[in-house]
This record gives sequence, structure tokens and C-alpha cells, in this order.
Amino acid sequence: MTLKAGSLKVGDKHTERVASNLSRTQIVMYAGASGDYNTLHSDEIYTTKVAGYPSVFAHGMLTMGLTGKALTNFVGNGTLTKFGVRFTNQVWPGDSLDTTITVADIREEGGQKLADLTLSTVNQDGKEVMTGNATTRIDP
Amino acid sequence: MAKITFPVEATHIKMFARALFDENPVYHDAGAPGGIIAPPTFPQAVAQFDPEYHLRPKPGQPWFGSAKTPSGVDKPSSMGGLHAEQHFEYHRHPRPGDVLTVETKVGKTWEKESKRAGKLTFRERISEYRDQKGELVVTARGISVTTERPVDQG
Repeated sequence: MTLKAGSLKVGDKHTERVASNLSRTQIVMYAGASGDYNTLHSDEIYTTKVAGYPSVFAHGMLTMGLTGKALTNFVGNGTLTKFGVRFTNQVWPGDSLDTTITVADIREEGGQKLADLTLSTVNQDGKEVMTGNATTRIDP
Repeated sequence: MAKITFPVEATHIKMFARALFDENPVYHDAGAPGGIIAPPTFPQAVAQFDPEYHLRPKPGQPWFGSAKTPSGVDKPSSMGGLHAEQHFEYHRHPRPGDVLTVETKVGKTWEKESKRAGKLTFRERISEYRDQKGELVVTARGISVTTERPVDQG
């Protein structure tokens, strides 16, 4: 699936639940796959007793990866040209995350149609955990 | 900083997508239209191939995580801090069979005062991923933040 400029308009939105009751085990799966074994994400004893946080928390890159899942589900595979985010709040075990993608602009560059998207991922309390933007190639 | 060269492999892509609970066939099914490609945030997994990566325990070296005691080092640091921002620019999307070479350059450093975590020190790193032909595949810009104290959750 690739988005088509003809059927896409500025303001179009796509919302998707990208995590439900996030488990510590999924955070460990991400540590193993990405190679980031920071104990703040997997070691409850270190994180609570030494680092001073209420529990382990997710890698920012796990939240970005989950947001990327919503993004590719919306725009298609292999069409992104840019994807950038800012992590605004931590994501904790038990959190459920929803990503909303909004079409901000549709434009043309060097004969290629592009769509600029804004991204927002929020937790179950509506608190924004990540904000960002992306650009994708689209069909005419 | 040393260059890191690593192979993009289908099994690694599958494990990475699995950790995201992303069942898109393009990450595990060689028969998917266009073949297997890497998910957008996969370039970050270069950490697996950095022999000196500081967030991976290594044989014979103290590790800051818990074992007999809550931390295996006397004065645990925040070990590089938290991730503040990440930006990718894709010239194309990596696929199995690619051999990528990553060169990372240290960018800007700046400070900011925060009510939730005290003095924040931001550090920028820019990485270029080139393929076996020397062509630029992905440019990544990451910003980490070291906090003066744990981030207040209030």
C-alpha cells in the first residue's frame, strides 16, 4: 500500500494503538534486539534503589519504534524519507500508547510527491510521551 | 570515532520487528512484495556491533546493574543519560544483504535548566550509514540528555 496524493488531504488523521499494557518482558525483548542493555530499562533493583526512579521504563527508541509501526501501517513500506522525534515523557510498564499521525502538508520536490506528517504518541492518561514529524513519498 | 561495519541480516530484522510487536510481513517474509526491508528505527541496532558499546555488559568488566548488590560499581553514573531526540533521514531503506559502515561524529553540546530534573546537558551525535558501494543510506542524528537528578514524575 502506498498513499496516493489524489486521495489524501491536509488534516487527514490516522490513530492506532501501538502498545497495550506494555510489559517488562517486551522492554527486555527490545533491549535484546537493539543491543541497548541500559539497566534503567531492565533492572528493577538498580533503577529503583540506585537511580531513584519508581520502576524500570521503556527505551525512548522502543516508543519511536512503536510509533514507526503506526507510521508504516499508514504510509506503506519503504517510502519514508524522514522520521524524527522528541521524547517528552517516560513510558512505564503497564502503559498503553496511542499514536496519531496528521497530514500537515502535501507538496512536490524534484518531481516527487511528498507528504509531511506530524506525529504524537500519548499514554492512557492522554499525556504526550513523544512528538515528532515524518516525510513520506506518495504516488501522484 | 571508529567506523563500525555490520551486516544487515533477515534474522536480526525479524527479532527487531518482533520486539515492536510489528507483524508486517515485509519484516519477516522473504516472499513479501519487494522483499524484506528493515523497520525505520532499525539503524539504531548498530549498538550490537560496537565492540566498545558502554550499555552492554562485557566479560571481566564491572557492570553498573544489580547482582549481589544493587549496583556493581561504587559510584554509578547515569551511563550516558536519557534519549532526548532522534532523527533519521532515509536515502533508501536497508535490506538483508547490505553491509553498512557507520561513522559517528560528535555534534553540539548545550545546557538548559529544568524544573523537573535540574541542570540538563544535551549532547548531539551524527551518524552516517553507507552501504557496500559507499553510497549514503541513512543519516541519523541523536541527542542525549544527562540530568542532574532523576526526572520528577509530578
